[in-house]
Amino acid sequence: MQHWFNRQRYLIDYTVAAMARQRGKNLGLWLIYTTLIFVLASVILLGSALRREAAQVFQGSPDVVAQGLRMGRHEMSHAANIEKLQALRGAPRVEGRLWGYLYDTSSGANYTLQVPSPHEPQYALADGEAIIGEGVARLRKVNVGRSIYLVSPAGPFLNLKVKAILPEATALVSSDLVLVSDADFRRFFQLGADEFTDIAVFVRNPKEVTKVAEKVTIALRQHRVITKADVLRTYEAVFSWREGLLLALLSGAVLAFGILAFDKASGLSAQEKRDIGILKAIGWDTGDIVRMKLWEAMLVSLTAFLAGFALAYAHVFFFSAPLLEAVLKGWSTLYPRVALTPSIDGVQIATLGLLTVLPYLAAIVVPVWRSASADPDAVMR
Amino acid sequence: MLELTQVTKLYHEGQPNQVAAVSEVDLCLQMGAVTVLEGPSGSGKTSLLTLIGCLARPTSGRVALHGEALSGLPEQHLAQVRRSTFGFAFQRFNLITGLSVRDNVMLPAYPLGLPYAELVARADDVMAQLNIGHRAAFKVELLSGGEMQRTAIARALINNPAIVIADEPTANLDAALTTQFLDIVASLKASGKTIVMSSHDPRITRAQVVDRVVTMADGHIVSAA
Amino acid sequence: MSPVTARSARHTLPRRGSSLALGLLGVLLLACLAALAHTTWAQRQAARQPHLSAAMVQALRLTDLALFTEARYTRHLSQADTFSAFQDGPVALEHLPAGSLVMPNRTFPPSGFADAGSLR
Repeated sequence: MQHWFNRQRYLIDYTVAAMARQRGKNLGLWLIYTTLIFVLASVILLGSALRREAAQVFQGSPDVVAQGLRMGRHEMSHAANIEKLQALRGAPRVEGRLWGYLYDTSSGANYTLQVPSPHEPQYALADGEAIIGEGVARLRKVNVGRSIYLVSPAGPFLNLKVKAILPEATALVSSDLVLVSDADFRRFFQLGADEFTDIAVFVRNPKEVTKVAEKVTIALRQHRVITKADVLRTYEAVFSWREGLLLALLSGAVLAFGILAFDKASGLSAQEKRDIGILKAIGWDTGDIVRMKLWEAMLVSLTAFLAGFALAYAHVFFFSAPLLEAVLKGWSTLYPRVALTPSIDGVQIATLGLLTVLPYLAAIVVPVWRSASADPDAVMR
Repeated sequence: MLELTQVTKLYHEGQPNQVAAVSEVDLCLQMGAVTVLEGPSGSGKTSLLTLIGCLARPTSGRVALHGEALSGLPEQHLAQVRRSTFGFAFQRFNLITGLSVRDNVMLPAYPLGLPYAELVARADDVMAQLNIGHRAAFKVELLSGGEMQRTAIARALINNPAIVIADEPTANLDAALTTQFLDIVASLKASGKTIVMSSHDPRITRAQVVDRVVTMADGHIVSAA
Repeated sequence: MSPVTARSARHTLPRRGSSLALGLLGVLLLACLAALAHTTWAQRQAARQPHLSAAMVQALRLTDLALFTEARYTRHLSQADTFSAFQDGPVALEHLPAGSLVMPNRTFPPSGFADAGSLR
């Protein structure tokens, strides 16, 4: 065992000394490799953390949301629709939701204005009061007790006193929210007393959600139904797809790296061939040569993978992924400050490892086989 | 005893440029002796040395050491024989550039898996014997011709082989270094080693330490005094 | 080799490339293991504390993350209707960065039947 271990260490000694002959080139290759892993792993880690967060927080979403449609476009729901649904069995709570968008010209950001449920006293608001998200407070530079003006495109404006700012820990779901009273909302958007954005239905028995959704679609023909499962599926799909897109964008980089690595490794240089011949001549066997190359490939690819992953972890979970923020933010003016709970999708990380380490191993080791098996004299000539 | 029986080596076999580097050679090398293969360029000296040192397999014929056939051994066993029995010093030294003298000297012993301190001590001993210990940490490409040659010989000796093979060892050396080299050969012979060399340098073929001169021409042995 | 020789040999032993390589590998492995341990610890910590966002989602009846506030169909991905993605025309080309990253909602097209999940 000791003998085997010593032998492997000597092979590594030789490999490191041989690689040091072209220090700059090999270091450059390693840095590119590490950077590639870093970017890909950052995307994977961020995606899995967001996915996990979404899966957890939206367990409390309404079981069914009924949304009015006309010509495929959203249409307001009415109180009469709510009454129809309240008559359904299995749906103990049916509420009209009031929420909408406001483009704030002063800050260039989109806000989501919303009226809280009357059943939640912690969000109770009098007319002229608002509870705002941390992103809104940050953008408009307002604190609790200060006023915030909102101007509607139709003309009415709201002068609201900030009653509270939603906690930064909830920024992922509340960053752009402006909670106002029912009366303020209707006046601002010039809505009738019986109009609602959509209807939220809470089902007593989770196993009956499908049945209730069916009944809702029958009861309200002009409405589309969105279940909680749809919400959860949306976010599962979005972040997988998003990662897929980013991975697709990076495939160009991966291919370029593949070409670089393959070019480096696929044909042995004259010096490498000569060196292999010399090693064989002085008593190394085929196995030693191949193992030496395997160590070279493993050291480069494994250290690059581990370094890239560790850096990506720190980048995403300690520094909130600033390098990816620009991509995710797009044209958004308002972007939440989010500290995500770390989550590692083992399958994806393992796949990343296999897709990057194995091809590199093959690219390094396969070309050496022929030279390693030949007679030393033939290799040296 | 190292015995070659009807050994032939063809290069580019079956092709229009086929050449018989060694042709039906019979040779018997006594242990503990210094044998020199002499002849003009292209006479097959280097090819014969590579066959003796198991760096190449003969196209036909048999190479045997103490009665055991070497030429038909599987590659792994042949590598072990190369490692333990033979030490080869090449004409152009064939040192691994970018590595230090000590690293080059230690290379043949790597597969043995010895403890590092022991291997370093062994290398230091051999380098001291050949008076290149003071260059141990130097990269080999920074050495003079004589130092490279002594490094190559040190590498050939690290595993304490019974048979030392040197191909044109003085081709790139001046008279003083040639004399130095012959002193090394004498001390190796005194320690019981078998030395086989190729050379067309009369300072080597006529040296006192040489026991036997084998003359070659066109791949054949012409005379074996 | 005698102990004295061994000791002095140890003092003068040249540095080995394998020490550097294996040392680096060891450090990086430890870093990654630390990351795994940190994940486990952080998730346990998070599980112990009340999940403020989850409570808020339930209280305010929220359905979407506030990540992509560029447009309504990127802000409320799960609630977006067919029209808004093509608001500039039936074959409108996507012009928003987030819109290019976000797939249309999988509950399209809407139907009059139950369980939108079975309609794909």
